[in-house]
Amino acid sequence: MSTVLQNLVNQPYKHGFVTEIEADVAPRGLSEDIIRLISSKKNEPQWLLDFRLDAYRRWLSMRPPTWPNVSYPPIDFQDIIYYSAPKSKKKLASMDEVDPELLRTFEKLGVPMNERAALAGVAVDVIFDSVSVATTYKQKLAEVGIVFCSISEAVRDHAELVRQYLGSVVPPGDNFYAALNSAVFTDGSFCYIPKGVKCPMDLSTYFRINTQDSGQFERTLIVAEDGASVSYLEGCTAPKFDTNQLHAAVVELVAHERADIKYSTVQNWYAGDENGKGGIFNFVTKRGLARGAHSKISWTQVETGSAITWKYPSCVLLGDHSIGEFYSVALTNHRQQADTGTKMVHVGRNTRSTIVSKGISAGHSNNSYRGLVKIGPRAEGARNYSQCDSMLIGAECGANTFPYIDVQNASARVEHEASTSKIGEDQLFYFASRGIGAEEAVSMIINGFCKEVFRQLPMEFAVEATKLLSLKLEGSVG
Amino acid sequence: MIVPGAPPLLEVRGLTATVAGTAILKGIDLSVRAGEVHAIMGPNGSGKSTFAKVLAGHPAYAVTGGEVRYRAENLLALAPEARARAGVFLAFQYPIEVPGVANSQFLRLAYNTLRTSRGEEELDPLEFDDFVREKLELVGMDPAFLERSVNEGFSGGEKKRNEILQMAILEPKLAILDETDSGLDIDALREVSAGVNKLSNRDNAIVLVTHYQRLLDHIEPDYVHVMEGGQIIKSGDKGLALELETRGYDWVRAEYEARRAA
Repeated sequence: MSTVLQNLVNQPYKHGFVTEIEADVAPRGLSEDIIRLISSKKNEPQWLLDFRLDAYRRWLSMRPPTWPNVSYPPIDFQDIIYYSAPKSKKKLASMDEVDPELLRTFEKLGVPMNERAALAGVAVDVIFDSVSVATTYKQKLAEVGIVFCSISEAVRDHAELVRQYLGSVVPPGDNFYAALNSAVFTDGSFCYIPKGVKCPMDLSTYFRINTQDSGQFERTLIVAEDGASVSYLEGCTAPKFDTNQLHAAVVELVAHERADIKYSTVQNWYAGDENGKGGIFNFVTKRGLARGAHSKISWTQVETGSAITWKYPSCVLLGDHSIGEFYSVALTNHRQQADTGTKMVHVGRNTRSTIVSKGISAGHSNNSYRGLVKIGPRAEGARNYSQCDSMLIGAECGANTFPYIDVQNASARVEHEASTSKIGEDQLFYFASRGIGAEEAVSMIINGFCKEVFRQLPMEFAVEATKLLSLKLEGSVG
Repeated sequence: MIVPGAPPLLEVRGLTATVAGTAILKGIDLSVRAGEVHAIMGPNGSGKSTFAKVLAGHPAYAVTGGEVRYRAENLLALAPEARARAGVFLAFQYPIEVPGVANSQFLRLAYNTLRTSRGEEELDPLEFDDFVREKLELVGMDPAFLERSVNEGFSGGEKKRNEILQMAILEPKLAILDETDSGLDIDALREVSAGVNKLSNRDNAIVLVTHYQRLLDHIEPDYVHVMEGGQIIKSGDKGLALELETRGYDWVRAEYEARRAA
């Protein structure tokens, strides 16, 4: 590989600073006592403590999954901090009272909070380590009956809703990391869109891991009642540490009849250095239940960070005529490893799903798509279309595709297309011979490759994602 | 056309080059003046395409000796993109496909990069659209080409035509056309050649790399060179191309060897 190409793919991470802020930190390790501590810190009701303890007991009997195409040393779960919160003296009444240091952090990250939130028309919930710091726009949303707050607040103020839906899509014993999350989740976002309401703005959560050795276990729950619709955005960054941090989130979506939930993620956790030291282990369970007829769940993800990504945003298409979508760009560089994809489980009649996955591998990274399309016996007339494209930059990286197809209904139609391409010397030379330098060439090629996915992102996010990929692969780091 | 007193555009002296350690070019000499059309012919594997790529700066080839002066400057010291901005253009034998990138987007980036390097304002998409439509007519291309991804799903002829469109947009001083005639049917060959002829003027020069005389029926060369074993072993006027067409390359080779032996 030419040196130009090598320089291009070796750019520094720009969100790697640590914010000096006093934190309320629990002792390392996990036990029933720690869970009780978390629960009491958050003044939780008994049922939630029971939910956590039940999950913890299940987790104790489980083992981390070994089937993903990634390798890492065993994680010492007793060496992780399960609760870390920025210390503040009193309950915050408005954004003006938020610690200025914290606000500066989010300013550096470019999070649209405060005035910028208003300008951008985005309501933001910010999760800093374990605790939700501020939720903007809450008032305005409340006027149309939308609840958008941290999950801790929801537990307090909308207990019945949380109790009804928490764990209904991803049960506590679903998998090792989901069980862990259910036991120790500290915060996250809750969103409830009542019947017939179209959410008037995009809702957004910004996750940041700040403390070294702390895990982040947030829990997001979004419920859209009959005919409701919402577009939800999630962004993430973390400082640079030379140790690994665990991020084990759970996201549950519930769409009732004719409801429509669109969930977009731009993930830029710290990926570790070029030798693979440090970085986030991103072990996340995301699942949407298209419960009502004609409901729709759409996942769009742009995964650029994390040392290891293990993530399969999925759709369970229960309602007849329900629709599931998965649009993904996963970029790996240096020693990053990603095993990501989706599951489309067709249960209802005439359910439809679309999968478009774009994997970009550079450096010594390894990028796998893993996807399941399952057509149940009742899923008369179900249809799936999958397209998995891989792009390799240089000769040291790897790309794999693991499609699983399980069809139990003869009327179903399942299509799978796959391709692999490569940005090599010849492609760059073609651009160069037209006067276009390598940086711009790579950026143009990559953006062309990802176009079908970027098109699915809300405008603002699409711009961010385009810039992010350029940053990851190019020299223009500010 | 041969323009008396025209300045030299390209001076190649004793150029040698290797790919992956194997010597391909073994001492090439060539002078090209503004206004001229040169044809480089020769059998497969003689080094014609390598010569074209080395002039444009393909990184896979290492120059091991000799010199190349372009408008009195050392061309070999420039990165490929700098050569392009200085007016050297290579029409590819196998143009690269770029899925998802609209042809118009690619052409505009190339053109604006060139303008920026000359200290000129960039054209916005609307201005560029007006500009490019004139160029499309010149090479007989449908505007629908602009919306398609760069070369993706193009027929062989469409790809070659797209190369000439790029030449029309970038208006190079030195255009090297690497087997632009291969894969073209007779009608396409005529149209592409007509485009090249329209672009040829007394300030620029064209170097055609080709196997076949038939291209030279449409684009008339001032000089014809025969390449063999990485060297130019004979040069002449367009009559030489006709002679090659009827007699093949063997006699040129024999003549060259006899000369060397003497």
